[in-house]
Amino acid sequence: MLNFIVRRLIYLVPVLLAVSLLTFLIASLLPGDLAYVILGDQATPEKVAALRHDMGLDQPMWWRYLSWVGQVLQGDLGRSFRTGQTVLQAVAERIPVSIELMLLAEIIGLVIGVPLAIACAARAGSAFDRFMTGGAFAMLSVPSFLSAILLIYLFAVELRWLPATGYVPLTEDPIANLRFFVLPALTLALAEWPGIMRVLRSDMIATLQEDYISLAKAKGLKPSRILFVHALKPSSLTLVTITGINIGRLIGGALIVESIFALPGIGRLLVGAIYTRDLIILQGVVLLVASGFVIMNFIVDMLYAVLDPRIRHGHA
Amino acid sequence: MATLELSLPEEVEQPVRRKRGLGLLFWFAISWIVIIFAVAILAPVLPLQNPVDMDMLERRAWISTEHWLGTDGLGRDELARLIWGARVSLTVGLCAPLIGLIVGGALGLLAGYFRGRFETLVVGSMDVLLAFPPLIFALAVVAYLGQSIPNLTFILGFLGIPAFMRVSRAATLTLARREFVIAAEALGATHARILLRELLPNVFLPLFAFFLLGVAVTIVAEGSLSFLGLGVPPPMASWGSMIGEGRESLEMAPRLAFLPAFAMFVTVLAFNLVGDTLRALTDPRQGAL
Repeated sequence: MLNFIVRRLIYLVPVLLAVSLLTFLIASLLPGDLAYVILGDQATPEKVAALRHDMGLDQPMWWRYLSWVGQVLQGDLGRSFRTGQTVLQAVAERIPVSIELMLLAEIIGLVIGVPLAIACAARAGSAFDRFMTGGAFAMLSVPSFLSAILLIYLFAVELRWLPATGYVPLTEDPIANLRFFVLPALTLALAEWPGIMRVLRSDMIATLQEDYISLAKAKGLKPSRILFVHALKPSSLTLVTITGINIGRLIGGALIVESIFALPGIGRLLVGAIYTRDLIILQGVVLLVASGFVIMNFIVDMLYAVLDPRIRHGHA
Repeated sequence: MATLELSLPEEVEQPVRRKRGLGLLFWFAISWIVIIFAVAILAPVLPLQNPVDMDMLERRAWISTEHWLGTDGLGRDELARLIWGARVSLTVGLCAPLIGLIVGGALGLLAGYFRGRFETLVVGSMDVLLAFPPLIFALAVVAYLGQSIPNLTFILGFLGIPAFMRVSRAATLTLARREFVIAAEALGATHARILLRELLPNVFLPLFAFFLLGVAVTIVAEGSLSFLGLGVPPPMASWGSMIGEGRESLEMAPRLAFLPAFAMFVTVLAFNLVGDTLRALTDPRQGAL
């Protein structure tokens, strides 16, 4: 097991280096001089030259990359020239919002997807199964910004049950906080449950055909016990993988949903940085998010290996 | 001729697993795709109003003989914008996956056939690309490169390369060990001939099915970027930007958001359906699903 972890960790190093290089290239190769962005179009060439020198922009590209990576490794991701906030401060301030959103979305997605998958697998091929499988397929074609609009129209405009946009910190007023989170989390969950349901359903249908399920039936165990204990347990592996993959997808989806519902999370920070051309924040946040994504995938791989010994011995 | 006998049973087995008909839904999806393409291509010659002409006195006008689907928040003809929006969504939606299909397909074919260091390099660099949350990558690049249809197509196409590479490599890996390839090698065929004449025709079908699914994903991605105001530049219409603009008038005229939303949903669903049906046909392993 240790051997496996070390091998995967070594693989992580070149991937993270490449991620940092790509992030740096996006931010530096593309047009738009950072000094002009900071000083505005009216700046004199002397002022621009002085600032470029101060920021090291007149140095060669490879040198700037190395010094940036050096700073990042020391925990200095730079600070916004607009707000004066450091990247780490800005991210630390907003990350609880994004995490709360993702957790709620994943929970709602599982709450909808898992029971439906079990119900469909128990009666595979029935009218209910075919209807739900078709429904899940159709839901996969609904982009999150589309379901967001529908939910806002239904619950905020027509019924006026929930607020369309806004945010209250969890520590200030938990109930109000949750009310603001219902629609965005539901939006994301609507995109999550079809995937969860489809994979878990086919997984369980395969499991239900195993011999030990027949044995359990022959022993006269209750159908619900067979379904929930004997059949669901082997599928936990699949659930871990989907949840992991989903979290990766949620990072992208959260970007749009946070913008629509005006939730002050990482996604909105990023979109804001793009609109205001705040390059330092953009570069830092993209690096953090992409690294987080890589590490998340690493953790999923690890969990997968813990649950399935065949993988760590390389038989998969 | 032992090789021929070995490959024969598999050739015969496949049609048995196929469903008898493609189903009514499949043909509905095909018709919708054909209609939407015809309308989008014919947009310049159709008797439509100018999609960017504003009429501030006729803002959010209800359906009339002049404006068949009414007007939007700036008094522009909704039907004309829907159809011109389809042009944008379909152009980006087709061209971007085409980039992925060609580049990713070729890389996967080469990696799966030649293996070795080249394969390690290709798979490794694709892993790095996959490490980026795609939407964030696209947003950042579009923000710098500038908003235009070619830029949007290029970046979305670029992001599709890893997925196409994986599909093409996986298909090639299994095919390269098949008897007809070994037979061609034994007969002294060149690498180029094996790649182009033996492998490519067999890899193409699964790749094409994946291409159709890619079209659906790209239409959604373009819609998301345009919805955020970072896709096509205004006043050009795209379904995504129309939904974004329609959001402002959800209380007064919800149809301004729902019409393009409906068009996008049905189109994406149609491409998903056709792509999924073809995928099920070309991939016998998935037959049980």
